[in-house]
Amino acid sequence: MITTSGLTKVYRSRGREVTALDGVDLHVREGEVYGVIGRSGAGKSSLIRCVNLLERPTSGTVTVAGQELTALAGRGPRAGKELRQARSRIGMVFQHFNLLSTRTVQDNVELPLEILGLSGKERSRKALGLLDLVGLADKAKAYPAQLSGGQKQRVGIARALAGDPKVLLSDEATSALDPETTRSILQLLRDLNRQLGLTVLLITHEMDVVKSICDSAALMERGRIVESGTVSELLATPGSELAAALFPLSGAAAGDDRTVVDVTFHGDAATQPVISQLSRTYNIDISILGAAMDTVGGKQVGRMRIELPGRYEENVVPVGFLREQGLQIDVVGRAAEEPALVKDGAK
Amino acid sequence: MTWPEMQPLLSQASWDTLYMVGWSTVIAVVGGLPLGVLLVLTDRGGLLQSVVANKVLGQIVNIARSMPFIILMVALMGFTRWVTGTTIGREAAIVPLAIGAIPFFARLVETAVREVDGGLVEAVQAMGGNTWTVVRKVLVPEALPSLISSATTTVVALIGYSAMAGTVGAGGLGDIAIRYGYQRFETQLMWITVAILAVVISLIQFAGDYAARSLHRRGGHSGPVPKLRLLKAEEPAAAGAGKAA
Repeated sequence: MITTSGLTKVYRSRGREVTALDGVDLHVREGEVYGVIGRSGAGKSSLIRCVNLLERPTSGTVTVAGQELTALAGRGPRAGKELRQARSRIGMVFQHFNLLSTRTVQDNVELPLEILGLSGKERSRKALGLLDLVGLADKAKAYPAQLSGGQKQRVGIARALAGDPKVLLSDEATSALDPETTRSILQLLRDLNRQLGLTVLLITHEMDVVKSICDSAALMERGRIVESGTVSELLATPGSELAAALFPLSGAAAGDDRTVVDVTFHGDAATQPVISQLSRTYNIDISILGAAMDTVGGKQVGRMRIELPGRYEENVVPVGFLREQGLQIDVVGRAAEEPALVKDGAK
Repeated sequence: MTWPEMQPLLSQASWDTLYMVGWSTVIAVVGGLPLGVLLVLTDRGGLLQSVVANKVLGQIVNIARSMPFIILMVALMGFTRWVTGTTIGREAAIVPLAIGAIPFFARLVETAVREVDGGLVEAVQAMGGNTWTVVRKVLVPEALPSLISSATTTVVALIGYSAMAGTVGAGGLGDIAIRYGYQRFETQLMWITVAILAVVISLIQFAGDYAARSLHRRGGHSGPVPKLRLLKAEEPAAAGAGKAA
């Protein structure tokens, strides 16, 4: 649904060049919720702004719903008519809501419809329908200043849906909200994704956002996508930073007399009592250093960090047993010796 | 001078002042609003970014603003004659007043429009709006309270300038104060004129402030709440908490 290839954005100011995007290849499938996560300054904002060409990429192409947006040239920094039409079919939600303070909630939702040239009657019918959809039918005549943050973002979402978009871009939509409101907004996005078949590309710096609604995710660092894939693919990737961040585990690394192993469960393996089987089969004592279990994209997944007595060489057989059970095994402390290999595997 | 002598003078002068200031305000707003918006749009990072156009417009505005009004009036005499057919009287005074006020108002518009949150512009662009849509639906409506304050400031400045319009025989309250009050030692008349001017200016300022504030209150801010308002909102809450305790 959204494809970028070789997307590069270089900002030039006063002779200095800053590369915000460095050859980003992104592929978002139709109907999925795709999360791009990264620290501030990683290039996430530039990426999402390049998707609807609010920022014109220095090089590379952007294709949304089969239409190559980068080919719809505007003169200079201005957008041509075709690009503006294409944009009206891409919804966008912002961190700071960006609602017009002088317009009522309903008039804010009607704004994109005014741009599309709908009549007053159609506009108001559609706007009220959308406000109903986001659960704000009773606030139509209120001004944004009278709403809470979560309500403002609901208005922002209703406005983004006014042009019947197939794609919704969310630029840190929940970053200015408290945890509870964040959950309700994410739930709304998830519902819209399911009900309307809306493809959602969101950027965030909160791992919880990815965990709770994303089907796929990508990790950005210094303008590049370091890892990407569906959440279960990522979890199955040895040494995946995203998987580790989604399920952070604490505990010391392996020493001379013990072996620390990270076990990742997903799918059927998550329901098997593997640890007690391991303990009984090999008659060894296992300490659990840390564990995290969660539901990601409707599937039970989890990670556990366990300690086995003795050095790695003495534990080859039990580790092999775990691998045979279909579990993802990372030996902590040893993986660090082959980082290059792990990175390649992650891509 | 007795009141029956002063009264017709004063009412004629008040009317002349309002006439000159009224028309030149209308022209200043019509000319200054687009000029101020253009100054923002053509600036670096603006929607119509053009370094050359921005520099040229900026320089024209600066030169016009740096000129003392009395000099501007003389310098524009040729132009005034071309527009109104005369260089004397109320109509002739409106031309330099308006031309002096356009760049004045344009700078105020520029400041007001610059205050509009760039995120709103981005939102409208993301909806598929063009530059004209951005100006019409975002920049002007969102800056409206500030624009009204700017217009008020411009009217007050124009009343000040209009005192000098007496030099081209345009009349007005300032002219009365100088000719009768200062040159003929009619101190009483001068003070009455000053009082009328003070009342007129206060009324205009009050009306402008009221309009700007009521617009502001209706819309409020979608962004963070300004500090002053935050303090006001907290006071009753704090008082309530005190009582409860």
